[in-house]
Amino acid sequence: MTPNASSLATSLVQSVDWLAVAPPTIAALAGLAVLVADLFLPERRKHLLGWGAIAGLALAALALLPLLDGDRSTFCLTTGAHTCSYTADTFALVIQFLVLGGALLTALLSFSALDDLKLPAGEFWFLLLSSASGAALLPASRDLATLVIALEVASLPAFALVGLRRGDRLSSEAALKFFLSSVTATAVMLLGVSFVYAATGSLHLSRIADALTHVDPRLDTLAQAGVVLTLVGFAFKTAAVPFHFWVPDTYVGAPVPVAAYLSVVGKAVGFSGLILVTVLAFPSYADVWGPAVAVLAALTMTAGNAAALRQRPERAFSAVRLLAWSSVAQAGYLLVPIAAAGYADSGQDASRAIGSTVAYALMYAAVNLGAFAVAALVARTSPANRLTDYRGLYAARPAAALALGFFLLCLAGLPPGVIGLFAKVTVFSAAVDAGLGWLAVVMALNVVVALYYYLQWTAVLFRTPEPAAAPEPVPTAGAAVTRPRAVPLTAAIALTAAAGIALSGAPQLVLRFASSTLL
Amino acid sequence: MNHTVQQLLLAAVVVLPLLGSVAALVPAPPGLRGRGPDQAVMRHGVTVTGVVLAAAIALAAGFDHDHPARMQAQTDIGWIPALDIRVHLGVDGVSLPLLVLTALLTFLSALYAYFNRPSGPSPKAFVALLLLLESGTLASFAVLDLMLFFLAFEMVLIPMYFLINRWGGAERERAAWRFILYTLLGSVVMLLGLLLVGLAGGTFDMVALAADNGGKLSHTTQLVAALAIIAGLAVKAPMWPLHSWLPDAHTAAPTVGSVLLAGVLLKMGTYGLVRIVLPMTPDAAHTYAPYLAAFAVVGIIYGSLACLALARAGAKGDLKRLIAYSSVGHMGFVLLGIATLTPTGVNGALFANIAHGLITGLLFFLVGALKDRSGTTDLDQLSGTSGAALYGRAPRLGGLLAFGAVASLGLPGLAGFWGEMLAMFGAFDPADGLSRPAYLTYMALAAFGTLLTAAYMLIVVRRVCMGDHPVEPGTGTEAERPALADVHGHEFAAWSPLVALTVLAGLWPAALLGLTDPAVQQLLAGGTR
Repeated sequence: MTPNASSLATSLVQSVDWLAVAPPTIAALAGLAVLVADLFLPERRKHLLGWGAIAGLALAALALLPLLDGDRSTFCLTTGAHTCSYTADTFALVIQFLVLGGALLTALLSFSALDDLKLPAGEFWFLLLSSASGAALLPASRDLATLVIALEVASLPAFALVGLRRGDRLSSEAALKFFLSSVTATAVMLLGVSFVYAATGSLHLSRIADALTHVDPRLDTLAQAGVVLTLVGFAFKTAAVPFHFWVPDTYVGAPVPVAAYLSVVGKAVGFSGLILVTVLAFPSYADVWGPAVAVLAALTMTAGNAAALRQRPERAFSAVRLLAWSSVAQAGYLLVPIAAAGYADSGQDASRAIGSTVAYALMYAAVNLGAFAVAALVARTSPANRLTDYRGLYAARPAAALALGFFLLCLAGLPPGVIGLFAKVTVFSAAVDAGLGWLAVVMALNVVVALYYYLQWTAVLFRTPEPAAAPEPVPTAGAAVTRPRAVPLTAAIALTAAAGIALSGAPQLVLRFASSTLL
Repeated sequence: MNHTVQQLLLAAVVVLPLLGSVAALVPAPPGLRGRGPDQAVMRHGVTVTGVVLAAAIALAAGFDHDHPARMQAQTDIGWIPALDIRVHLGVDGVSLPLLVLTALLTFLSALYAYFNRPSGPSPKAFVALLLLLESGTLASFAVLDLMLFFLAFEMVLIPMYFLINRWGGAERERAAWRFILYTLLGSVVMLLGLLLVGLAGGTFDMVALAADNGGKLSHTTQLVAALAIIAGLAVKAPMWPLHSWLPDAHTAAPTVGSVLLAGVLLKMGTYGLVRIVLPMTPDAAHTYAPYLAAFAVVGIIYGSLACLALARAGAKGDLKRLIAYSSVGHMGFVLLGIATLTPTGVNGALFANIAHGLITGLLFFLVGALKDRSGTTDLDQLSGTSGAALYGRAPRLGGLLAFGAVASLGLPGLAGFWGEMLAMFGAFDPADGLSRPAYLTYMALAAFGTLLTAAYMLIVVRRVCMGDHPVEPGTGTEAERPALADVHGHEFAAWSPLVALTVLAGLWPAALLGLTDPAVQQLLAGGTR
């Protein structure tokens, strides 16, 4: 090959940094492998698929390790300035860790649910892994097309996961509701993306940021509309008000592990996309999205807490419903630092504010998955999963009750859930630093209101069991023994509890993101 | 004494109970098994609290009494750099007496519980919770970082909730829920105030903020922050009208729970006022002081009147509830002393804090013992038609109860006198800028409150200790009234330190005032005198 030809080849053919793209790729390949293996495995060996999926996710998470030494980029434009579609910087790595870890814990939760609900194993693991790979791709994407594709790769399998309980009316209804509202949001977002493209002539986030500083005045309205509409799609994923109506019904209709997955990984997808778009692509329009996100945050936490307060404990599925509304409220707290980034004076301040969201999200992922894990455990013995079913849990299963109490107190932000408290403090101080005093006040009020339902649930755990249930402890114990032991489920609870306790002892492990620049 | 030794002692005082609490949950190692697991774990509780008390006394002995205003035995380690939260421990003349009081009362409680096992679920959990409670209380007096103070403040709630909920008497679940809801909401409001002070002041370090004397906070910030902090601490203190959780909690709590709740936990509220509000938001303290004093005086009168109503014959008054209401009155004096913003008043408040801890701790012990013996704390049932005649039936118990009652009403020569006298003396001449006529009125009302206190305490003594000699008229035989056991040896062991200290503090108040006064002067003057 002549030197001339080789230089032509490098300019046309991109060299792909496979190491950088390894985490999402491994997850996707593992998904395909599981799907193929499902064809050849006999029915009684199907549980091996689950372990295969877990191994795939663990491998994908391990693939993050070699990337820690510095930022790597790939899929770059070969002409002009250094612009890439995929960047594995600190932010991307942390969110990828969150997503893959969350998917791993979900997988651990799912073993017993697959058995109990008779879900098709091959499809389930394939869908979970594909969705996880999309979610892992998203935080590293640096152009709008990749972002939209990643978002859809993460979402489409999720619809199927929600509707996987065949023949269950609630499940199909939940999936349909989820699907319709999600598709609408995607359509709106695509419209926004096209407006932004029309106004700036680029899909790369950094180029959009440059171009938006000097938009043709005649296109200014178009650009503004594009910015707002793009945010709608991500706001839907984070389940921000007014795009939150699908949450309770979807969570209740879906198998509990899938609800856990949506509440953690689904939200991570939403807010990381929101962060990328706002901070990297639209910094010059901060005066448009800053106040919008702030109002969204205030509405989201207020609506979530108000609805959570109104849950009646004796209603069917009230525990999952309460967790659903609490996750809406928590999404509100996650949005606060993003709003604060819109008011930041410099890019560095904005990046620090984003760090608060990341720190909060890591805390939230661990403890919320833990709470769902205990809910999944209780759902095995009392399928209705009412809050009243948790009465006296401490007497029946002390360890699970203590763990759930700890998770709930973390979510509430009370000691001994120290990490919950300090994560809230960082979010709070991000709002104060940005001069968003009113938002800080709204948040404080919401935290106080939320204490009531978290505490009430915690107190129920330690109440004496219902007198009616007391005379017959032997048959219930017998029933628990006949069911296959949920070792992976127990492992998930233990892992999340260990993470929560470790973080409470050394909050700096996640809070350091709040004082460093990530993007 | 060596500085490192002091540091280690203070750290040990905070950490040992925590480790002991964990250790209580694991099975005892061979050689420490005692007579069965229950006895072993109760003994473990006595041992750990005893070691902590010894460490606290050693700390007090090594304390440099010539410079009580200086923070001593300081440890300062970074914990969460992202939020600039540090593990900062230290002790000065204000916190040292409270530390020792806490260690003492917890030790006596553990000792009492060892011989008089509370009825309820496993003793293992009881000991673990008791030690956790001790650790949290000691930590809140020892830490010098606002966030850590909040953590310690909260850490106390959970063990207390379970002590009431699991080992309590009638209506315990409702009382426990009410307790946790009130104090938790209060402390979250306080957290917001603390955050505001910390974020606006640029640090959470209490020594630095006190030295700053509110200089970095605008007037409005001070007002908002102090309002939130005072509201949170006032729930704990408790200040009228935020006290309504207290009588229920005290009535339902087991004896040991009541002793610690009244003796130690209430002090955290007033300690916080002196340590945080006075030096860090001085302007706001000045603005709110008259209102605080007004609420305090209403609390004094209200508590006394409630007690009088409970002490009446036929009112079905519960003795525990009566002492709980008397606490509202006594803490009113403490708040009044703080609200004068004078060294005299604040010293009086701190003195009354300690005195109330000793005397009310003793009273709750005595009432608990009475309940164990007679099965009730209902005054009407106890006294019957003529009086319970404790002097005749159990003379030592009766004598101790009478001693506790007269100490509580503030008899000169006992601990209760000095604190309340100094608080009123402070109100006679409040700090510059505070309305003197208003404070003179408060003082007069508070003095009237002491009269009411004397009245109900004497009624209680008359109805419980006195009465007809229980001899059936005409026959000369003992009446059908069940015999009461007099004070046991272990009860003497648990109570005599409280009696001795009550007398000592009454006769030699300078020992305590000499410790607190320089520290108070410094706090009021803002870090540096």
